[in-house]
Amino acid sequence: MNCEETQSLIHAYMDAELDLVRSLELERHLRDCPVCSTGHENIQVLRGAVRELYYQPPAHLQKRIMSALRKEARSSHMNIGAEHKFSLWSWRPFYVAASLAFIAILSWSAIRLLSIRSENDLLAREVIASHVRSLMAEHLADVMSSDRHTVKPWFNGKLDFSPPVQDLAEEGFPLVGGRLDYVGNRPVAALVYQRRQHYINLFVWPSTGGTAGSSELSTQGYNVVRWNSPGMTVWIVSDLNKRELQDFSELMRSRFANEN
Amino acid sequence: MHDQKKLDGFEAIVLPQLGAAYNLARWLTRNDHDAEDVVQEAYLRAFRFFDGFRGGDVRAWLLTIVRNTYYTWLSSNRLRDLSAPLEDEDWELESDAPDPELNAIQTSERDRLEHAIEALPAEFREVLTMREIEEMSYKEISDIVGIPIGTVMSRLARARKRLQRCLANVLGREA
Repeated sequence: MNCEETQSLIHAYMDAELDLVRSLELERHLRDCPVCSTGHENIQVLRGAVRELYYQPPAHLQKRIMSALRKEARSSHMNIGAEHKFSLWSWRPFYVAASLAFIAILSWSAIRLLSIRSENDLLAREVIASHVRSLMAEHLADVMSSDRHTVKPWFNGKLDFSPPVQDLAEEGFPLVGGRLDYVGNRPVAALVYQRRQHYINLFVWPSTGGTAGSSELSTQGYNVVRWNSPGMTVWIVSDLNKRELQDFSELMRSRFANEN
Repeated sequence: MHDQKKLDGFEAIVLPQLGAAYNLARWLTRNDHDAEDVVQEAYLRAFRFFDGFRGGDVRAWLLTIVRNTYYTWLSSNRLRDLSAPLEDEDWELESDAPDPELNAIQTSERDRLEHAIEALPAEFREVLTMREIEEMSYKEISDIVGIPIGTVMSRLARARKRLQRCLANVLGREA
């Protein structure tokens, strides 16, 4: 990659929007080219400074908004009352039924939204705790091996499913080993990978048709990525930076897809 | 009765996003007082539209409303966004040569940066804060702002270049 291409792709790269192949090419160019490398650093410094400009809402704003909302809710209620007076009595059952249906739909979606979120929050806390424990207790792996053909059979008879084990050593994420763990009230496979000094814990278990799609979050200095591949739920946690963890996740995801 | 339920649901789901809403409004209006007004109006609108909210990303949904509220507020107050217009040539002619002095940005330069950002047109400020503060992806930003992903990227690139140049000028003059 030359300087011109680097200049045009550097923002996408820094925003983690560039594909892995071109990111690697760009990184190679940055290592070789002091001019582009300084440019890269300059943008980094600027971004750091811009991020400081987060404006906290003043303490009274929440109260002010809530009282405006209550007023709004009350006045819309009164409007409905007024309409009732002028409407035909025969319409009344319709209003009642409509409001009941409305309440049912609203609370169902609210509860569903909240429960999905809290379920994932709970799992996120569990996988982070498990990740931390695995590093603290020096119990990273029950089976230490970079050979997936050693790690995968080790789980035989220990789990009620056969976890997909992939090695990404060529892509810079070597397999370290595997371990039995317990997440979300069930035994799961924990696969451990390494990137430089960072360990990555990948938890996998058969999905129970929970929330589809994927999500990511950062908490307590850990980055967490979650997705459902066909039949399997995957949670990935590490103190590795978000972008590289995303790359890892994407690579893993495409490997899982090919395996099926 | 049903209004109370709606209010409770709204409070549980939408109110936690107050930080993101206020920050975007503050970046757009550039002062605390107007930001509060815009956020309050946006929350009232959001409450009215809440029945139509089908779940999904609350923050993106709310920020879309904050943004629309800001632009309505701007036109109803007959205010113009007084920031310097971005002439294309203004951008393309500049040199992209990196400036090592930028590495020396310190906390005391927060004000300069703030001024440089305030001088950017609103459409650049909004993508910048969504990207840098809210850490949204190009796709999420493009959905909220209603522009193609490529435009999100070019606006970010141009905004950053402009900020770097403004800061470099200030630093250069003082050096």
